[in-house]
Amino acid sequence: MKANTESILEVRDLVKHFPLTQGIVVKRQIGAIKAVDGVSFDLHRGETLGIVGESGCGKSTLAKLLMALERPTSGSVRIHGRDIATARGGELKRMRRNIQMVMQDPYTSLNPRMTVGDIVGEPFEIHTDVVPKGGRRRRVQELLEVVGLNPDHINRYPHQFSGGQRQRIGIARGLALQPEIIICDEPVSALDVSIQAQVMNLLERLQNEFNLAYIFIAHDLSVVRHISDRVAVMYLGKIVELGRDAEIYESPTHPYTQALLSAVPVPDPEGRETRQRIILQGDPPSPANPPSGCHFRTRCWKAQDICAEQTPALEARPGSDHPSACHFAEVRDVVNAQ
Amino acid sequence: MSDPTATQDLIKGADEPAASPVAVRGGQRSLWRDTWDILKRRKIFWISLVMLVVFLLMAAFPSLFTHKDPEYATLAKSMELPSADAWFGYDLQGRDVYARAVYGARTSIIVGVLATLATVLLGGLTGVLAAYFGRWLDAIISRVGEMFLGLPYVLGAIIILGTVAPAQSNPGKATIMAVVIIVLALLGWPILMRIARSAVIQAKHQDYVQAARALGAGPLRIIFKHLLPNSLAPILVYSTITIGSYIGAEATLSLLGIGLRSPVISWGIAIADHASYIRTAPHAMFFPAGFLSLCVLTFVMLGEAVRDALDPKLR
Repeated sequence: MKANTESILEVRDLVKHFPLTQGIVVKRQIGAIKAVDGVSFDLHRGETLGIVGESGCGKSTLAKLLMALERPTSGSVRIHGRDIATARGGELKRMRRNIQMVMQDPYTSLNPRMTVGDIVGEPFEIHTDVVPKGGRRRRVQELLEVVGLNPDHINRYPHQFSGGQRQRIGIARGLALQPEIIICDEPVSALDVSIQAQVMNLLERLQNEFNLAYIFIAHDLSVVRHISDRVAVMYLGKIVELGRDAEIYESPTHPYTQALLSAVPVPDPEGRETRQRIILQGDPPSPANPPSGCHFRTRCWKAQDICAEQTPALEARPGSDHPSACHFAEVRDVVNAQ
Repeated sequence: MSDPTATQDLIKGADEPAASPVAVRGGQRSLWRDTWDILKRRKIFWISLVMLVVFLLMAAFPSLFTHKDPEYATLAKSMELPSADAWFGYDLQGRDVYARAVYGARTSIIVGVLATLATVLLGGLTGVLAAYFGRWLDAIISRVGEMFLGLPYVLGAIIILGTVAPAQSNPGKATIMAVVIIVLALLGWPILMRIARSAVIQAKHQDYVQAARALGAGPLRIIFKHLLPNSLAPILVYSTITIGSYIGAEATLSLLGIGLRSPVISWGIAIADHASYIRTAPHAMFFPAGFLSLCVLTFVMLGEAVRDALDPKLR
């Protein structure tokens, strides 16, 4: 999986605040849930960017913003230099061909009253000029074959398939328009572990075959490591650390990443005895009222006065080669630590 | 696009879904074609369809079912019991009960079906719009619906019908039927609006709607391909029951003297006219009431069969 350096997706200072309102007739805004709070990154052709973080850190909102299913409060999402966040009508529809999505739950992401052929063929009915009418059925069967389903099952309904097969149907739908970018929002979280591996292998094979770029959202660190070229760690709407998978997993510099990685189960019983776990205190603060300065400071063992006063920028610091949003970033290998 | 054999090798262990009677090779299939295939094999569908055809024939060509004149009255035979001469007996005015039941089918079915159709169109459209677009449109439609719902049914009908067609007046047959249909639909649409609205709101938040939006689907495609097929079941069930209750409601209005009235012949009028003689001459009311019940049963069975066939999971 060698990624070249051409950026096809540029996300800059992306912010999504959901207003909290009070009152029935006259709605007053009394605050905002800061679901995504200034996220910037690039995605290169053919690479996989993993995004990890605990529940509620804004991963899925980020996915919806990238898909233009939600309008951002501010910031931009540029695909080949054009901003999808402000695109409308026909332009937005054209841009959607380049960015598609695989959803989390294969049981709710397929319309139960449409046949598999209708589900996978729907992209062609919306974008009518992609495949001429007579060739659509053949094309759908090809797609089913590509994702490892029997093309004869084109007339079946989603409930006649298992979870893994349904996820393949979802992937076939995402591939139909031949996008360059596919956003996978926890595509394997709802599947059994044995099926997870099959779907992951399928995604990797498709990436090689079609030179796809993935944004792979997950909360399972080992799944993300397996598939990603680069990994972004999110906490409370911000990216706190961003680097190649080896950099994040072998030499994490942000205390939150270190705590997260120290929780990964280790299959080796010997290392397990001596290994240190970093146990964080408390829960993540409410995104409606995040702490000043560094969002993580309330649970951080390194926190000092400066953390409350200055928001640490996401930048490379001395002693490390990848960006990290911590005033006191330093390498600490928690996975292999003895 | 790729080598299919390699693909098949790569994905082993994906279990085959159980064979289904619906999935066969060939021809592109769709929800509606599959629904028809299922319906064809349902006994209850054919029974209700035959009954419906009989009722529709009765409504269109009543002379096929009886040679008697429903208007011909022999007062001497008032309330006479069923006999070989008149199978269902005679009513208060000495008219043939069977002939009047046959001729009453037209008015009753037209009023029931058209009022239901108007209710479904009005309530369904407003419900889908309120649910899909939400915000201020939802607020307006919901509040207006509640205003109509707050109006007691009979009171509302008395006010409207009493103004448009007071009891002493003698409006034409078509006019009074149209007015009754409009009144029934006007007072009944909010319930259907609420049913449609809740069903569509439920469907709207499903992931497949998000997926369709991500593909670039417009509002029309989302409403007709994704939202409506998935919220049709409660609407269908409610409307089939509504046909029956509207035929009954038409009878209530007749009883109050503000709905359909003689010389119009309808089941409702026959029931209303003879309700007070139920102890002395039950046949005069039971036979039109029996026709009414059978007709309602037909629509309910048909609706049930269609609803079941529309749900792929029940196949």
